[in-house]
Amino acid sequence: MSHDTLLDSIGDTPLVGLPRLSPSPDVRLWAKLEDRNPTGSVKDRVALAMVQRAEKEGQLRPGCTLLEPTSGNTGISLAMVAKLRGYRLVCVMPENTSEERRQLLRMWGAEIVSTPAAGGSNEAIRVAKRIATEHPDWVMLYQYGNPANAAVHRDTTAPEILADLPEVTHVVAGLGTTGTLMGLGQFFREHKPEVRIVAAEPRYGELVYGLRNLDEGFVPELYDDSFIDARFSVGPRDAVRRVREFLDAEGIFAGISTGAILHAALGQAARAVEAKQRADIAFIVADGGWKYLSTGAYEGTVDEAEERLEGQLWA
Amino acid sequence: MAIEVRVPTILRTYTGGEKAVTAQGGTLAQLIDDVEANNPGVKERLVDESGLRRFINVYVNDEDVRFTGGLDTAVSDGDTVVILPAVAGG
Repeated sequence: MSHDTLLDSIGDTPLVGLPRLSPSPDVRLWAKLEDRNPTGSVKDRVALAMVQRAEKEGQLRPGCTLLEPTSGNTGISLAMVAKLRGYRLVCVMPENTSEERRQLLRMWGAEIVSTPAAGGSNEAIRVAKRIATEHPDWVMLYQYGNPANAAVHRDTTAPEILADLPEVTHVVAGLGTTGTLMGLGQFFREHKPEVRIVAAEPRYGELVYGLRNLDEGFVPELYDDSFIDARFSVGPRDAVRRVREFLDAEGIFAGISTGAILHAALGQAARAVEAKQRADIAFIVADGGWKYLSTGAYEGTVDEAEERLEGQLWA
Repeated sequence: MAIEVRVPTILRTYTGGEKAVTAQGGTLAQLIDDVEANNPGVKERLVDESGLRRFINVYVNDEDVRFTGGLDTAVSDGDTVVILPAVAGG
């Protein structure tokens, strides 16, 4: 398969069966390998879609500065797109994110503004919004509220899954900006409404939830709960356990958040087995494990890994 | 036996600093009333006239109650209920 440019190679990722993790021939799991995108995550789709939309609407001209709050992957994808399209990128990122993400961002030419660990991404969003008012000429694509974030999954990721697995019964993905799940939900509600859309939400350590008051809570503007059917909170212990199981059983080296997604997918599989129902459960492998080696999630006992992840934004 | 309710840092002023309290009830609404009886003030931070407050998420055995019946979600002995403020990812 040849592509004219790197950006043209985004998407059309493989969907692979998981015979060893699937509980029976009637209840099967399928992994959509989004780590096969150019910077190694599902966010390449989002970054390109948001930039293309802004270009089309005349918001972006060569030499423009982009500003984005991100815990990592969206920033890395935007940095790659920005470099190829001739924009400068400033990322606002919580300090408790992995060192690999920072190095990668710098390699692709992004500048990083760090925000305190306490409050996690909520704090990064607040700071980015403040910087945006100080620099009215900068363009904040704002993944949490940008319709292109959901639309790209509605128009590409979801139809790819249905084309590869017409018998699909469940789709499971991670919940961060909510863009992936909103797009999947929008597509399947229209084209195969019986498909259950399931969200796996990472549950971090207490530090991340350390808001000063509840009004500082944050729900992404994109989020509409009518597009999903169930939402599970998955802590670091289950995420680490599953991400290791994924490699052991199927040979796939995924990022920690994918462990959380797999945990929710296996929960759906167990319910289908119990109810004696056929199920074909597709889930999103959001990225590979490479960027998280320094977190210690892949070494030692699960107890040790869980302890090391305390306070980190691991998804 | 009873139901364990894990309380986020921001609400521990109502629980004397405790990270978790135990309570009883057949539904989430009854459970919250029971928590309120021993920790006055906490209920008002969790619910308003329309149900759960916008920036509050409640999970029964890790499942978000907004998809299982909200305040009418059934709870029983041995369940774990986690209350968390809504935060962003991405």
